[in-house]
Amino acid sequence: MNARHKASVFAFLFLCTAALPAAAARIGELSETSISSQAFRFFTFQDPTVRYALIGTMLLGITCGLLGSFVVVRKMALVGDMLSHAVLPGVAIGFLWNMSKDPLAIFIGATIVGLISTGVVNILRQTTRLKEDTVLGLVLGTFFAVGLCLFSMIQHLQTGNKSGLDKFFFGQAAAISSDDLRFMTVIAIIAIIAIVLFYKEFLVTSFDADFARASGLPTQVIHYGLMLLVAFAVVIALQAVGVVLVSAMLITPAAAAYLLTDRMHRMLWLAAVFGMLAGAAGAFFSFLGPGLPTGPFIVLGATSVFALAFLFGPRHGVIVRWLKQRSRSHRVQRENTLKSIYHVLEHREFKGEGVSLRELAERRHETVEDAKAQADTLRRHDLATLHEEGNLIFLTPAGWQLACSIVRNHRLWELYLTNAAQIAADHVHDDAEKIEHVLGEEVVREIERGLEYANRDPHGRPIPSLADVHRGTAPAYRSEEPAGYGGKM
Amino acid sequence: MNSLIPPFKLHDVFVAPWTGQFDNTLWITLMGFLVTAACGLVGNYLILRRMALVGDAISHSILPGIAIAFLLSNSRGTTPMFLGALAAGMAATIIIEIIHKKSRVKQDSAIGIAFTSLFAIGVILISLYASRVDLDQECVLYGEIAFVPLDPPVEIGGVSLGPEPVVRMAVVTLVVIGLIALFYKELLVSSFDPALAFSLGINSTVMHYSLMCVLSAVVVSTFESVGAILVIAMLILPGATASLLWHRLPGIMCLTVLHAAFSAVLGLHLATWLDCSVAAAMVVMGAVLFGLAWLFGPRQGMLQRWFRRKHEPPPELALEQSGPAV
Repeated sequence: MNARHKASVFAFLFLCTAALPAAAARIGELSETSISSQAFRFFTFQDPTVRYALIGTMLLGITCGLLGSFVVVRKMALVGDMLSHAVLPGVAIGFLWNMSKDPLAIFIGATIVGLISTGVVNILRQTTRLKEDTVLGLVLGTFFAVGLCLFSMIQHLQTGNKSGLDKFFFGQAAAISSDDLRFMTVIAIIAIIAIVLFYKEFLVTSFDADFARASGLPTQVIHYGLMLLVAFAVVIALQAVGVVLVSAMLITPAAAAYLLTDRMHRMLWLAAVFGMLAGAAGAFFSFLGPGLPTGPFIVLGATSVFALAFLFGPRHGVIVRWLKQRSRSHRVQRENTLKSIYHVLEHREFKGEGVSLRELAERRHETVEDAKAQADTLRRHDLATLHEEGNLIFLTPAGWQLACSIVRNHRLWELYLTNAAQIAADHVHDDAEKIEHVLGEEVVREIERGLEYANRDPHGRPIPSLADVHRGTAPAYRSEEPAGYGGKM
Repeated sequence: MNSLIPPFKLHDVFVAPWTGQFDNTLWITLMGFLVTAACGLVGNYLILRRMALVGDAISHSILPGIAIAFLLSNSRGTTPMFLGALAAGMAATIIIEIIHKKSRVKQDSAIGIAFTSLFAIGVILISLYASRVDLDQECVLYGEIAFVPLDPPVEIGGVSLGPEPVVRMAVVTLVVIGLIALFYKELLVSSFDPALAFSLGINSTVMHYSLMCVLSAVVVSTFESVGAILVIAMLILPGATASLLWHRLPGIMCLTVLHAAFSAVLGLHLATWLDCSVAAAMVVMGAVLFGLAWLFGPRQGMLQRWFRRKHEPPPELALEQSGPAV
């Protein structure tokens, strides 16, 4: 009440100082403006319309974000879409009630029609063989057409104050009045209280409906309660976002939040914040030019947030995953080079420690340039040192350990597949090529123990033992072949 | 309230349109019929493939394509508009695929995000360049089917064929019918049994994208007359009504066209009576026809079921209900 009081004082002062008729203060109807002066007006909050628009869009962003989270995790995005188009006749009927833009009448009309549309969808699904998407599209289109009929009939009427009614299609935040704002606050509070009180119930029915039913929760009642709340959210968002795009407010902020977290309560917080940001951004941008609809800007704000989460999300983001994948493939590449160096050394029975680029290139069936590039990569990672103008590669102790353990993983796995899984010896190589890079130390030791510290792989080559790995240098001075803990087989 | 619904005068509603301004009425009705028929025929396949809401997404998404084509070409030419819409439709399909494949967002949310964003871009373009673009928000919502007779007529060899949009729509409808006739088997198999289609060597990805192309083409050619949103009803209503009445595809196709004709004529009369948007009235009449089919349909209608439940023993009822699915 206090805030409203203050707001009206502000409005009065504004009207006195500006000496303008009240209608001209509607931000949507200004004709001569520059972008910077409009931005200045927006951020100084002198204009009550600006305050109403900003608070209103932020409130609806919060409400839609919260309820949209449940819509998204329940995979009901298209139900939200249907509902948002289908409330149009309700808006028209609400207007016809007393021929004015009375928020309460429009709210009641739109909510009732929204619930009727949900009921029609359910009846059609139960009594016909039509699939769910067909039924949703059918109800969406039909209700929208009825709404359009009513709207075009209202446009042809002689009586009534029809101004602002067309703003319901694409939204105009500037058309939010103090009555609308009070209404939005009430609905937002109802939604928040409902979610806090029934959080557990909503959570359980969303993620495990069978469990919810088994534990005696009235899932149908909860479902319809949630649909009612979603209908509320859609209806209060109509004024600012418009019928056509309201579904985006339900889906997009919640989907962005869904990309960033695995916890429902965190998702709710994030979705509310994203919705709020999108609302504020939409109100600001539509304020910059005359007659710009607010809805599309709010939607694009939400889409930008989604795009950012989609690209840069810390866990599920595309870029993070791409980087991870790239670093993994680079690691595999390095490990394969090390393995080839080991093979070269093994081929000449560990005589001499240096491997020339030529030998490496021959081994890998590549050009010398490629081998050189790979040798440089190894050097950068301190896995090898280069000598004789970069032509001779010496493994560092770390490089040796890695090379040795990769070969060890590979050969142990081959042996494991032939012994434990009864796979023919000539079929195990490709599998081992992949698994060698991901086997952990724990698993490798377990396999080794299971194979009783065998020292030959199915192709007859020696398996490096733990001792060889940790010795840190090539076993060049040993006459006998690498031996495990027990030489016994 | 009283002034909202004008008194019903039989002569004014049903006779006057056909005597007073025969030409106007004929062209508007014909346009409505062609639009609904073309949409309904394509829509049948959307229904079969459970892609009804992809149709919704595409019809919203072509808006920025059309707006950009207008801005670039500065004309209302058919080719740029068509190309723009096709590009936007494809973009929508690809964005949906990317969001769905590259993240854990489910497909329904991906559809919702993609089409609302594209539609928002379209609306912003239209409002920013309202003076340059020969389009407005009204047109996007209601369509301008009532202005169809005002367009200049097409003349071939001195014979006037009719207003340009009607002729164009007739060509589109004929092309759609031709394509369906040509690829009837492929479409049928890939819609009902993708595995069989694969074994027959029908590339289902190609079929999918071709269908999306045809859908974009139909939606863009109907855009001027019915707008971007009512199209969804025109895509689904005829096919849904037909599938309540019949269970084999050729019959469904015929019923689709019949439904289109009835909803166009009845919609025109409804619009004449109530003085409302013609395109919306046609959809409303289409929905009324759907309601009638749902109530009085010969096999699955509500009355029939109620009647059967009263007179037949339960086991046969169960058998009847598990009949061939459409």
